[in-house]
Amino acid sequence: MIDDLNFQHDFAHIVATLTRILGPRHLSLAEEAAQDALVKALQLWPHQGTPANASAWLIQVAKNRALDLLRRQQRLIELEPSTGDRLPAMQPEAVATAAMIAGPGDPSAAARLRNETTPPDDDQLAMMFLACHPILPREARVALTLKIVCGFGVGEIAHAFLARDDAIAQRLVRAKRQLRDADVGFELTSADYAERLDSVLDVLYLLFNEGYAAHAGDRLVRSDLCREAIRLGDLLAEAGARFCTVNGAAAVHALLALMHLQAARLPARVGDDDVLLRLADQDRSLWDASSIARGLQHLDAAASGDTLTVYHVEAGIAACHAVAARYEDTDWPRIAELYDSLLAMKPTPVVALNRAIAISRVHGPRAGLAAVDAIAGDPVLARYYLLHATLGELALETDDRERAADGFRAALACECSEPERRFLEKRLRDACRTESRPG
Amino acid sequence: MPKYTLMLREDGTAFAGLSPADFQAIIQRYGAWRDELQRAGRFAGGHKLRDGAGRVMRRNSSKVVVTDGPFTEGKEVIGGLFVIEAASYDEAVKIANDCPHLDYGSIEVREVEVTRP
Repeated sequence: MIDDLNFQHDFAHIVATLTRILGPRHLSLAEEAAQDALVKALQLWPHQGTPANASAWLIQVAKNRALDLLRRQQRLIELEPSTGDRLPAMQPEAVATAAMIAGPGDPSAAARLRNETTPPDDDQLAMMFLACHPILPREARVALTLKIVCGFGVGEIAHAFLARDDAIAQRLVRAKRQLRDADVGFELTSADYAERLDSVLDVLYLLFNEGYAAHAGDRLVRSDLCREAIRLGDLLAEAGARFCTVNGAAAVHALLALMHLQAARLPARVGDDDVLLRLADQDRSLWDASSIARGLQHLDAAASGDTLTVYHVEAGIAACHAVAARYEDTDWPRIAELYDSLLAMKPTPVVALNRAIAISRVHGPRAGLAAVDAIAGDPVLARYYLLHATLGELALETDDRERAADGFRAALACECSEPERRFLEKRLRDACRTESRPG
Repeated sequence: MPKYTLMLREDGTAFAGLSPADFQAIIQRYGAWRDELQRAGRFAGGHKLRDGAGRVMRRNSSKVVVTDGPFTEGKEVIGGLFVIEAASYDEAVKIANDCPHLDYGSIEVREVEVTRP
């Protein structure tokens, strides 16, 4: 039983429930009550054992705690009215609402609470759309989503994004204040949904990529990011379906297709000795077939709308890789075409680089080198290890070992993860070998 | 076998930085720690003491004075206790060393005295 605990989800569920009852202006209080419930569990369970229904225990303790906190705020305001300016508006009706939570004062409210009909999924969905509200800066949306929808701690968020704890804490405080000042409501309407869907998709995409990119840092936290992004994507596709327009639903499916197809390769990406493996070197039997199947299903469903999002195109590229039984079977002309579309929609240096790689697979390494050279002057790319590593690989294919070695050295001078660094060092050694490769 | 009490002290601020995953990990380690002691027949009970002030009683010349306390500001108070069986202080300390409480508080280990006639 103790092994079935999932405090991250319990935390998120409590915060969502309390936020629904009290309103988003009391989000901080909801978090505090949820945190206090976990403290109580840590203090009591070692002595009393884990309760049979741990989640229900936690939510009851948190509700009672929220009521205490509200009463305390109310008393403060009564004692010294000026305190009210510094606290979220604490009107008597909020205390009445809080009393409903606890139940005993109002039997009908207590009964209503016992018979709560809102399924937790809807609460979670509303919390996602709250955390991803477009009035918040993009990085605040990401941090707040991880905190209140995924149940991550401040330290874990900071770790995942290579930021300082206090910077993340500040970001969260500011975000909650902005939501409060804007008096954002909890109940999700179709209009809210339409208005905020792009932002929600963007946050999930960012979470997934951050986890997938595996920069420096804890691999466990990183795979958590991918898993959470997919979980929330599933939630969006299911609980969110009734809000969605055809095109909105198509975009959700496209993002899910992309995430499943990419995640399928995770088990094959790192080889022995923790060296990052290139697509060409991966053991494709390790790719997760069920994940690929789900990805392709979502890609089918994504075709229902009449708009094409970047998620559609990127999922299309991922699908080309996923369905190729061997590296040699990859449909590079199709991939190069998709990168042309992607570059038109999202003209970033990184997309341009990937397009250059696709061109090299279709038209040969020299064409690829020319395409990379054409974009190498970009200041962002100049600091990106993959640009230099790509130059190194293509130079090696044209047998220009000197240029290849320069490329790998330049790549090693850029910021990269440990597995990536080990890979680059290995390639540098390959390039520096004087004898030509067999075959 | 001699009994030892593990008095669990904490200052109430130690939980501030813990994430839900941290709480879960500590509770699961507690479960494992207790299970192992119970299997070995070394676990002899435990109590969580209620947070907040209790009562401190003192005889003051002729009458007993009852005050609220101990107060918790800024110092560690006993939040709970376990009783274990161990062959020696060394073994008791070894058992306490694996107690997850050390992640957020301190433990005072004291042998229960039994004087045999």
